[in-house]
Amino acid sequence: MKKEEEINFQKSEDFSRTMIPGAFARKMRTCLIWQFIRFVIINVKMIIVVGKSH
Amino acid sequence: MARLVVLGGGVAGHTTATFAAKWLGSAHEVVVVTPNAKWNWIPSNIWVGVGQMTKEEVTFDLASVYAKAGITYKQAKAVSLNPEGNSSSDKAFVTIEYTGQDKDGTSENIEYDYIVNATGPKLNFDATPGLGNGEGQMGNNTVSVCTAEHAVHASHKLTEAIEKMKKGERQRFLIGTGHGMCTCQGAAFEYIFNIEHELRKAGVREMADMKWISNESFLGDFGMGGLHMKVGGYVVSSKLFAESLFAERDVEWLIGAHTSKVEAGKVEYELLDGSKGEEEFDFAMLIPPFAGVGIKAYDKAGEDITGTVFAPNGFMKVDAKYDAGAYENWKASDWPRTYQNPTYSNMFAAGIAFAPPHLISKPMSSPNGTPINPTPPRTGMPSGIIGKAVAHSVCDLMTKGESAHLHEASMAEMGAACVASAGKGIFTGTAAAMTVYPVVPDFEKYPGTGRDTDYTFGEIGLAGHWIKHILHFLFIYKAKLNPGWTLIPE
Repeated sequence: MKKEEEINFQKSEDFSRTMIPGAFARKMRTCLIWQFIRFVIINVKMIIVVGKSH
Repeated sequence: MARLVVLGGGVAGHTTATFAAKWLGSAHEVVVVTPNAKWNWIPSNIWVGVGQMTKEEVTFDLASVYAKAGITYKQAKAVSLNPEGNSSSDKAFVTIEYTGQDKDGTSENIEYDYIVNATGPKLNFDATPGLGNGEGQMGNNTVSVCTAEHAVHASHKLTEAIEKMKKGERQRFLIGTGHGMCTCQGAAFEYIFNIEHELRKAGVREMADMKWISNESFLGDFGMGGLHMKVGGYVVSSKLFAESLFAERDVEWLIGAHTSKVEAGKVEYELLDGSKGEEEFDFAMLIPPFAGVGIKAYDKAGEDITGTVFAPNGFMKVDAKYDAGAYENWKASDWPRTYQNPTYSNMFAAGIAFAPPHLISKPMSSPNGTPINPTPPRTGMPSGIIGKAVAHSVCDLMTKGESAHLHEASMAEMGAACVASAGKGIFTGTAAAMTVYPVVPDFEKYPGTGRDTDYTFGEIGLAGHWIKHILHFLFIYKAKLNPGWTLIPE
């Protein structure tokens, strides 16, 4: 069965030795609800880092 | 009334000058000397370079903003410093040469009480034969996204390449660093993935062979020796994080490479193992190495003291430990805290203009003796934070006297938020959102990774793109000194 996300593994030796996200991980990257949650979390973390840096 | 002169109007210089003008009010004078008429939000040049933004969207005129802030603006470049004055005066001065304001080529001496060198880098294209034109500018063989003008040119070339692919002509893309001592891999990293994104949108991705060439000894070094971040419950190296993205997007990599020569359609390179090779391309964007802008310095007698004030690479010496020696001896405490020049206490450097004590990444060279390693990044958030700390110090010195406490902003105690775009689009875009704390690893405080893994993390997604997009508008709003600008952190 052809899995689109796994095709690149065979394109080079370098590619075959790393990790490539599967279909679910890729989908979550543009899932609006999940990304909105991540947006809030990343912003909070970045604000903490900014605060620690000043 | 005392006078502060700020050399440079980029992130560090603009931050220093605008905060100093706000804190000093009309009691003292702030002068900005910058050869540019426009301020440029450089991170968004990436989007100009793929035709997703215009030059006008990432730049604005400085004159009106400085007029609003009460800053004296001189569109000129600094040529030399006389920190002890000269035979006729004990007053320190900087010699400038106008590049605009209808005074092109005219020289002027500006006396100062305090000076902040925030010139940013010289884009040293000529360090690699064929990368430059032999006159200090970019050559014709490659493109660049270092300035808004360069990015517009890159965008036109990309459009031409896409047209060729639509007509069935396969294209080879080579993106990365144009020398073994480059920094700013992040900009090239963003550009290659934005190109990849645009090629997919244009339906021609299958017609493109994409390759990354870099002086990093491993993917994900980014000039910071790499980083370990929390991803999916694991603490992983940025090497795995970066390699995964390259493999997913079908972008091959060539690392540990010193680009030694560029010709039309071809680069020659040397690798860390000493081997040499060639790579052909149809479209190449190679970041040039950075150097100091070449300001000279003279003492009261007119003797050249450039070597006292500046490091050999042209960046200004500050309160860093420049004699740390071998890599094994490097410590976080080698990095400067106040950015005050050790010889002249009324002189500071901020942003890229300060000379770092040493690399952050492990030094590497080929068996032929060619150094191939990224130099330390000092752009973006660190530049802004350093610029603000220096402004604070100088203002205190001017208002409270020479015994005033100097403010500190060590890169070994400072984090950085880095959002690397991997394609633009409100619903289809992605970016690698990363924070690193601290920028310079401190292995005494954080044994193992050198960094606090609670605040060093990265992930790829639409949220990162939204943040990158918001930062674009937020920082341009702040730089224009619009209402509430001081509330927006650096």
